[in-house]
Amino acid sequence: MRKCKEWIIEKLVFLCGMASIVFVGLIFLFLLKEGLALFATVNPLEFLAGKKWYPISEPPQMGILPLILGSLLVTVGAAVISVPIGVSCAIYIAEVAPASIKNKLKAGIELLAAIPSVVLGFIGMVTLVPWIKQLFHLPTGLTALSGSIMLAFMAMPTIVSIAEDALYSVPKSYREGALALGATHWQAIYRVIVPAASSGIVAAVMLGIGRVIGETMAVMMITGNSAVMPESILQPVRTLTATIAAEMGEAVVGSEHYFGLFAVGIVLFVISFMINVTADLFLHKNRS
Amino acid sequence: MNAKIVVDKLHLWYGDFLALKQVTTQIAPRRITAIIGPSGCGKSTLLRVFNRMNDLVEGVRMSGEVRVDGENILLPETNVVALRKKVGMVFQRPNPFPLSIYENIVFGPHIHQQLKKSELDAIVEQSLSSVSLWLELKDKLQKSALGLSLEQKQRLCIARLIAVKPDVLLMDEPCSSLDPQATARIEELMRELKHNYTIVIVTHNMQQAARVSDDTGFMLLGELVEFDRTEKVFTKPADKRTEEYITGRYG
Repeated sequence: MRKCKEWIIEKLVFLCGMASIVFVGLIFLFLLKEGLALFATVNPLEFLAGKKWYPISEPPQMGILPLILGSLLVTVGAAVISVPIGVSCAIYIAEVAPASIKNKLKAGIELLAAIPSVVLGFIGMVTLVPWIKQLFHLPTGLTALSGSIMLAFMAMPTIVSIAEDALYSVPKSYREGALALGATHWQAIYRVIVPAASSGIVAAVMLGIGRVIGETMAVMMITGNSAVMPESILQPVRTLTATIAAEMGEAVVGSEHYFGLFAVGIVLFVISFMINVTADLFLHKNRS
Repeated sequence: MNAKIVVDKLHLWYGDFLALKQVTTQIAPRRITAIIGPSGCGKSTLLRVFNRMNDLVEGVRMSGEVRVDGENILLPETNVVALRKKVGMVFQRPNPFPLSIYENIVFGPHIHQQLKKSELDAIVEQSLSSVSLWLELKDKLQKSALGLSLEQKQRLCIARLIAVKPDVLLMDEPCSSLDPQATARIEELMRELKHNYTIVIVTHNMQQAARVSDDTGFMLLGELVEFDRTEKVFTKPADKRTEEYITGRYG
């Protein structure tokens, strides 16, 4: 009787464990099936390098280069803002801050992570966007820069908490060793502790960037959504994610447009996958 | 003979806990001074006073005076960076940085002064030679220091310290993670180094203290019970408690 119970529970847990893999597999298959159907009519190279995204014109033009560049622009902008601030913040929390401030800061960072992206987008829309418009005398404040700034807030919690973890797990003996050789606190940090945590910090940055690339709601609200080749960070752009979110509702099932959006999904998946794998490689390097 | 380190009525508290009580002693230059005593007696704490490493512990307070070369190092205005350059420390577990062997050695010289590559190379060779690692490692200088054996790591940590040109070497149980052969070799190294450096070693291994040291201090519950020539402490201890400890009645 007891053995039978054991057997059932074991199998149940096994099934639950397998389910997640099966679901991922199914999602991936579906994405491939729908996305690859596009390439029956559209040349993959034209799809990736085409400069015009007019999916419902006749004949449809399916070039996603402006979308890829839009995503890149917003992401790079967000990284430029969030990486230095995030890593510095992690260094402050892990190495410099006294215990009382440390706890408050960590709670604050967690709170930042808890803000839904639509709320951040909304706040950005009513505060940041008019400000950018005024500051640079632009016809509209819905620009790649606005998106970058808002997304930097979203990447920050990931970067801070993972980088802080990496710094914290640097053995205390390194710090003592450096100080005992007459290093100042700062010299110990940037010559020994940060290099020792470097792979973890790189992983933190990659995961932060992964978060930004996949973000949809806030960018859709504040980047202006115009699918043109971006020339400056002060013009409206459209990202891969926002394209799917904005157009999926109106795409006719089975049409080229519909398949095209799935193909965009594949591109996005490949990018995220590569970023996550890189981050993982660095995390494991850190552990071994 | 002028003492290198003079400790005068030193008290140290961790929060409310009195860890060192009225410690008074003098440490002679170019000799090996061993501090022995059971775990928790405050011997490591005393060692860490000499280069102010206790500053890293929150809630630490000290009173009394500790003079290194005549200068009181417990004053708030003491330049701890300069102090630690003069009074270096080797830790219980070898702690080379996760950098190359070369970078480990030049870490100290690099932060204290601007040096040319040729000067750094010379320092690396000298420092590794003085711990008898040069022949073994001269072709592997760019390899990670983490790949060395424990004994090599500990020697490297000593070499890294020597590269800063300190006067005093503090050693906090430097052999406790090493096997007996490696321990014997490190002890041999200490005997060589004492011609140029003042060495203070904390150890819970009494045989080690008897083998390498010239002077020995015995500590118990934060007090320095006895301090004298090593042969005297081990053959004719003045205090009953010292005798009981070295004959193995507790500890």
